[in-house]
Amino acid sequence: MLEVTGISKRFGGLAAVSDVSLTVPAGSITALIGPNGAGKTTLFGIIAGFVSADQGSVRFDGTEVLGLASHLLARRGLVRTFQIVQPFAGLSVRENIAIGCHLREASRARALAQAAAVAERVGMGALLDRPATSLTIAGRKRLELARALATGPRLLLLDEVMAGLNPAEIAELVPLIRGIRDSGVTLLLTEHVMQAVMSLAERVYVLNDGRIAAEGRPAEVVADPAVIEAYLGHGAAARLAAQAGGAHA
Amino acid sequence: MRRTSGIAVIVLLLALAPLPLVVRSQYWQHFAIVTLYLALLGQAWNLLGGYGGQRSFGHSAFFGTGAYAAAVLQLRLGIDPWACLPLAGLAGALMGAIVGGVSFRYGLRGSYFALATLAFAEVLRILADSLDITGAGVGLQIPLGQTAANFQFATRDGFYWVMLALTALATAAAWWLENSRFGAELVAVRENENAARALGVDATRIKLGAAVLSGALCGLAGSFYVQYYLYLDPRLAFGPEVSVTALLVPLIGGVGTVLGPLVGALVLRSLNEAASVITGNAPGLNLVLYGVLLIVILWGLPDGLVSLGSRLRLRRGRRELRHA
Repeated sequence: MLEVTGISKRFGGLAAVSDVSLTVPAGSITALIGPNGAGKTTLFGIIAGFVSADQGSVRFDGTEVLGLASHLLARRGLVRTFQIVQPFAGLSVRENIAIGCHLREASRARALAQAAAVAERVGMGALLDRPATSLTIAGRKRLELARALATGPRLLLLDEVMAGLNPAEIAELVPLIRGIRDSGVTLLLTEHVMQAVMSLAERVYVLNDGRIAAEGRPAEVVADPAVIEAYLGHGAAARLAAQAGGAHA
Repeated sequence: MRRTSGIAVIVLLLALAPLPLVVRSQYWQHFAIVTLYLALLGQAWNLLGGYGGQRSFGHSAFFGTGAYAAAVLQLRLGIDPWACLPLAGLAGALMGAIVGGVSFRYGLRGSYFALATLAFAEVLRILADSLDITGAGVGLQIPLGQTAANFQFATRDGFYWVMLALTALATAAAWWLENSRFGAELVAVRENENAARALGVDATRIKLGAAVLSGALCGLAGSFYVQYYLYLDPRLAFGPEVSVTALLVPLIGGVGTVLGPLVGALVLRSLNEAASVITGNAPGLNLVLYGVLLIVILWGLPDGLVSLGSRLRLRRGRRELRHA
């Protein structure tokens, strides 16, 4: 459904993303992981039309979409959420979600009614008339998800929806995200919470220093020495292996 | 609740229709006309600045364009003054499209947008000051011909009804914003433009639409001004006074509300009138008054006078909580 090929982006002297390629098959949950500053959010920005790329190609449903404005991508069904939540602060939860509904619904009354249904679906039914600013961080993350879902997306890019949540909140969100996939929405997500990645993703790409360092099924990827080194530093994989060997001996 | 309050405002405006039949005093009829005129300007600003969050400092660009369109078309081309009213609205809308198109295309936000609108108004003032077709610095005088067919009325009640209709139109536009997709998306852009874009809102088109709507209403106000005062010069049309009034009215009454500009217009007009009685019409004093009023409102009631009720309720609620 999504094919990213050879994307590069420089900010002045800093190569944020270099020659990154990945594919997201329709109906899958694909995860993009990597340490802070690896370029995940930049790559998301490029795919969703918020950041321009220096070179490469992004194909969505077989057509080139690189360079299309974000609202046109949203109309085609490619919608992102933001790592740093961006609620419409002065509006209620219902009004926030209704903006997403309006992408495919011109009537104000029907959009507001649909917003209530979407809120139920993500477990925010009781919060409909609360101002968005009164929500906890977990509530805001959920609102971010609800608004994106309300647009009726086919491919949803979730940028660290679990960050800042406690284990109980994460445990609630994992089945919700799986349910979104089961309803026919393809998902690409960036995540730091490995527990969530391990249980959700079918395929994982590891981004380090703007390059794909590894890819594969979650269990393969976490055992990959290149991945361990990306997170823990050069030589960490060898040290860990040595320690593990020592413990067994 | 919002829906009913919007309807209530429109009913109120319609209920005001028989006013000049009851109030025969020329002074009070003039007072009512100018108050409604201020409400129209304020509501026009409110559509773009209040609901859209694109706070302009140069709404005289739209007002003046409409005023000059009305004056030039009837003086130079002999077009019927009544026909000039919608044409002035069209001219204001066109100027809204130009100012909005240029500003939003280049991503000007916040104070940058405000400065760009101010610059547009100044450029237009200088143009009007130097071109022959606008009568340059001398200005334009509309020949007296007090018949209704001429869009000049011998008594003030005719002007009153035209003004009331225009203000009702602007109020209906604000009410429409509160109950339509366009309005919801406009407010979303105000609250967070990036989030709105991510959800499929074409922010540039939405802001441009609001600028066109706002410009059109200001253009209508300009046409009315020309017919009411029968004189126009570059300072009156494009000077800072109209721009300041247009933003002051909703700021006093309540930005981004249907009722705010109506309340703001009434308060501003009353204070202005009181001040001129006290100070004997010293020139420029009204601007001092505006400044003081703005400071007091922004300090004490940043959401405008319409928020007074909910603030008092909140305070009473807190007091009861303390005593409980």
